[in-house]
Amino acid sequence: MSPTEANTNIAGVDPSDGLAVLEQRGSVAETFGIPLAVLAELTHRCPLQCPYCSNPVELERGGSELTTEEWKNVLTELAEIGVLQIHFSGGEPTARKDLVELVQHASDVGLYSNLITSAVLLTREKLSALADAGLCHVQISFQGNEPVLADRVAGFKGAHQKKIEVARWTRELDLPLTVNAVMHRQNLFQLPDIIQMALDMDADRLEVANVQYYGWALRNRAALMPSVAQIEETSRIVEQAQARLKGTLEIDYVVPDYYALRPKKCMGGWGRQFFNISPAGKILPCHAAESITGLEFLSVRSNHSIAWIWQNSDAFNRYRGTGWMPEPCKSCEFREVDFGGCRCQAFALTGDAGNTDPACTLSPMHEQIFKLAEQEAAGGSNRFLYRNFAGGTLEMDGDNGA
Amino acid sequence: MAGRIRNITVSEASRPILPRHAKLKFDQTRQVWVLLAPERVLAPDEIAVEVLRLCDGVRNVEQMVDHLAAKYTADRGAISADVVAMLQDLADKGFLTEAREKTS
Repeated sequence: MSPTEANTNIAGVDPSDGLAVLEQRGSVAETFGIPLAVLAELTHRCPLQCPYCSNPVELERGGSELTTEEWKNVLTELAEIGVLQIHFSGGEPTARKDLVELVQHASDVGLYSNLITSAVLLTREKLSALADAGLCHVQISFQGNEPVLADRVAGFKGAHQKKIEVARWTRELDLPLTVNAVMHRQNLFQLPDIIQMALDMDADRLEVANVQYYGWALRNRAALMPSVAQIEETSRIVEQAQARLKGTLEIDYVVPDYYALRPKKCMGGWGRQFFNISPAGKILPCHAAESITGLEFLSVRSNHSIAWIWQNSDAFNRYRGTGWMPEPCKSCEFREVDFGGCRCQAFALTGDAGNTDPACTLSPMHEQIFKLAEQEAAGGSNRFLYRNFAGGTLEMDGDNGA
Repeated sequence: MAGRIRNITVSEASRPILPRHAKLKFDQTRQVWVLLAPERVLAPDEIAVEVLRLCDGVRNVEQMVDHLAAKYTADRGAISADVVAMLQDLADKGFLTEAREKTS
C-alpha cells in the first residue's frame, strides 16, 4: 500500500511533504503529528496463501483478535485524535463477520474508509452492504492477468475469476476501484496485460507494487526476485502507460529497492506519518515491524491511549527522526530525505535494525546484497513457500492453486 | 452500468458535484478544511473550499461565478477564468464530476 499523502495542488503549492503542509496550518498535534491515515489489520486469517504476504511469518490466531467492541473503540479514538482515513486490511478483512458494522462505525465517527481485499470471500450483497455502510474506496489485489499463473501464486483455485467479478460489482456500485498488482520475477511479463485489465475494469488507480522482501517474501526471495533487465523493462512500461493514460488511470509504481541506488523513505520515516494496528491491537510503525526482535510494541489493550503510544512509546521513539543514526547515515546529506531507509530490511539483512538499509549504495553491505539478488534472479527455483498458519508449505510439483 | 463521466470539460453550464469518494470536511484537529479521496488528503485553500462548497450538482458554474463576483465585487471575467480552471483541475484528478440524469 502507499502511505497516504497530503497534496495541495488546489492551492497551487506542490509540497514534497504534504504532512508538513497540514501541520504548519496550525495543527495542535505535537512533535510528530497524528497520521492522516491508519492501517487496521483486522485479522491475519486469509484464504489465499501468497508467498509474498506482508503479514509477519508468526501470524496471529483468530482467538487473539480484537473484538468488535474493541475495534469500534479504536475507530472512535482514532477519529478523535485527528486520523482522517482508515484502511481496513488483513489478512483478509472480509473474513471478519463484523466488517459491515465496523465500516458503519467508521462512517459514524467521520473516518474515510478504504477496503484492501483479496475479494474472494465477497458476495454482491456483502459489497452492497459495505457501500451502504459508507465504504469510500475498494482496493483489490491481483496476482496476474489470467487464472493459471494468478491462482498458482495465490494458492487458491478460482481466485482470479472471483476477483474480476468483484471488481465489476465494485464499479456497478459506483465505488472507486484501485487494482493492486504485486509484481515479481514470475509475473512481470504480464504487466502490459495487467494495465489493460485495470483499464477494462474501469479502475481509477493501479498500484504496480514490486514485492518488498521481508517476512514471507524474504523466505521466497529466490523464487520472486526479478532481474535488472526485467526491472528496467518494467519502469519503461510504467512510464509509457502513465503518460498514455493520464486522466484515465492513475498508476503508482513501487520500485524494488534491491536494485535502487538510494533506499526508499520507508513509511515516510519511522514513526513520522504512519502507524498500523495489528489484529491483536498492537500499534506498529510498519506492518513488518514485529519482525524486529527486541522492540516492545504496546497494544490498545494496554492502559495507554493510542496517541500516547504514538508519541511516547520506546518502540516509536527508537528510530524516529535522525538522532539514532550511525554513520554513514549520520552525516549523510540525504538523512532527512530517506531517513535511512527501512528498519525491517536493515534488521532482516544485517541483524541490526539500527544499521543503514543495505538498499543504500552507501551501506557497506549494498554490493553483496545486489550480487545476491542478481544470482537469485538468474538461478533461483520458481517453487513457492506458501503462507499459512503452519509456518508455510512448499509448493508441490504440478500445484495449480491447490 | 458503471462509469462516471471521465475527462469532463468544465464550462459555465456545468453543474459540478463531488463524487461519493471525494469528501470535503473540516478537520477539527488541524483546524483546516480537507478533501478526502482514495489514498489522498488534499488541503484546498480558502477560495477553493468556498467554491467546492458551492458544488452541489444543482448550481451551475455560471451561478457560482455570479455569486462570487457579487460577493467580492470583482471582475466577473477574471473570476470565471479562475473558477473554471480550478474546477477543471479537480475534475482531471477525479475529485469532481458532473451532475447527470440517471439514464439506465
